Amino acid sequence: MTEIRLVPQNPANGPVAAAVLSCAVGCFLLGVLAVAADGSKRLAATLNFYHPSGPLSGVTTVAIALWLVCWAVLATRWRNRSLAFGKLSAFAFLLLALGLLLTFPPFGDLFLGR
Amino acid sequence: MEITLRELVTSIHGMLFGGFFLMALFGALVLLLDWNNPDRIAGDVSPERPAPRWQTIYLVAMVAAGWAAVLSGAYMIYPWYRAVAPTGADLALYPQRLLMSHPTTAGWHNFGMEWKEHVAWIAPMASTMVAWVLLKHRAAWNAHRAVRTTVLGFAAVAFLAAAIAGGWGAMINKKAPVQGGQSIQLMGSTK
Repeated sequence: MTEIRLVPQNPANGPVAAAVLSCAVGCFLLGVLAVAADGSKRLAATLNFYHPSGPLSGVTTVAIALWLVCWAVLATRWRNRSLAFGKLSAFAFLLLALGLLLTFPPFGDLFLGR
Repeated sequence: MEITLRELVTSIHGMLFGGFFLMALFGALVLLLDWNNPDRIAGDVSPERPAPRWQTIYLVAMVAAGWAAVLSGAYMIYPWYRAVAPTGADLALYPQRLLMSHPTTAGWHNFGMEWKEHVAWIAPMASTMVAWVLLKHRAAWNAHRAVRTTVLGFAAVAFLAAAIAGGWGAMINKKAPVQGGQSIQLMGSTK
């Protein structure tokens, strides 16, 4: 017997929007923290979670933790919602591009006035 | 034929985890382009059907390799790379110090490693998101063109980040190889 399944024509895009935006936020924060730790000895010392790896351990751990928290919060709030995905996507790509640029040492050095 | 422990771990990091991740990401990009085909989407009569088992295994293995690459790099190899050399030590065992010891090689650290050590993390983060959307939200992928374009874009950025990190890693390891530690015999001598 053929199985007939009812499929919603327009499933909510909220959970995908949450995943995309939180990922972009995480990448952006990674770039910001990388530049900030490079420019501030105090912050670098604070982010030195695992001494053999230095501040890199804190920069990445904090960025990943914030990404996952952001994802969990947004996924809960947007579970059944449909958002204007085009605008959200443009904003997410802007954050992702900035995150990528901030990891590029000459770009980060511009911010630090070097 | 011998290899040192540090060389072995570095090979596993770069050639097994990193190499597989980069190849799998490229494969995932091709898969995504195929799934983005309007004819294929129109023919998907059951868009909420779970992904085939092999695709689930493939995407999960890809993401696991990405995380294994960055975690082994940051917490096993990077400490060997950046270790402080005692006075008078052989700098060959301290790659960062070896590179920094000469103006013609300092850029491999100041530019190459500084970029690689951060940009690498974008790849597993973005690929985790891509795999999660494809495995858990196939219906949204099929229904919304903007979702497909965005996820494809993030997959492309993940590939770019992994390629930058892998390329720099390979080149830096040629200039100043991570070496030392216990010797492991892989094969008996041919002599």
